[in-house]
Amino acid sequence: MTVTNVHKDPEALTMTVTAELDATVDRAWQLWADPRQLERWWGPPTYPATVVDHDLAPGGRITYFMTGPEGDTSHGWLQVLAAEPPSRLELEDGFAHDDGAPNDAMPTMTMVVTLTERGGGGTVMAIRTQFPSLEAMEQLVSMGMEEGITAAMGQIDGILAGNVTTS
Amino acid sequence: MVVDTLADEQADRVFHALADPTRRDILLRTLEDQHNVSALARRYPMSFAAVQKHVAVLEAAGLVVKQRSGREQLVRGNVDTMRRAYRLLEELEAVWKGRMDRIGELLADEDNEGPNA
Repeated sequence: MTVTNVHKDPEALTMTVTAELDATVDRAWQLWADPRQLERWWGPPTYPATVVDHDLAPGGRITYFMTGPEGDTSHGWLQVLAAEPPSRLELEDGFAHDDGAPNDAMPTMTMVVTLTERGGGGTVMAIRTQFPSLEAMEQLVSMGMEEGITAAMGQIDGILAGNVTTS
Repeated sequence: MVVDTLADEQADRVFHALADPTRRDILLRTLEDQHNVSALARRYPMSFAAVQKHVAVLEAAGLVVKQRSGREQLVRGNVDTMRRAYRLLEELEAVWKGRMDRIGELLADEDNEGPNA
């Protein structure tokens, strides 16, 4: 499994992750549609996710919590803004209080997931994350950092060079 | 937790400064090349004073530095501060890379378990 592409656009406050999956589109849809499968990849091994409610229809909601090594939990929700099985999903991703109620003090981000058939039987899954503001991005990233702290700092110069263009 | 990022107070100023589209545009232009304030002001449909104020907000956040050159005030983007902001996206990228790796493992496990898995 390789992440084929990550495109970060700090000016537009978006990040798009594109991966090629060795699975059919229908199979890849199950990664989201089946709560037991979602649990297996949403949280890192140190913070596994437990899905509580799962309704992947437009207007539906997914609620979950992640359990840390000390038994600490952090709760979250995904509001389903659009769902077109098996190819497109639009979700609002937010934090929740310990009782599962949405934490309105925290900003949310919007994710657009697209699943496209690739030649040879695979699926291209693209996830475009849109932040409402850079302040929100800062807050969200600092809240969601249970893993991956040592991101490749050496790439920053290249990213900076690649994205800083004037129109 | 975000490691090695901006001190809280500084971070607030940076993100407030970057929350405005005009300021982001000024920053991108001045990261490429230095500009004087009057030349910048002509690019936006707003008063010179308004543009000057945007530049001041960017300067307070450490995103740009101002330099006097004769009668001109030259503005230049501060790459170091921008770099720190970019780290936030780096961190989110790492989260998704982890998720994609786990999806890959999940799909591979299933293949090994046979067609009925």
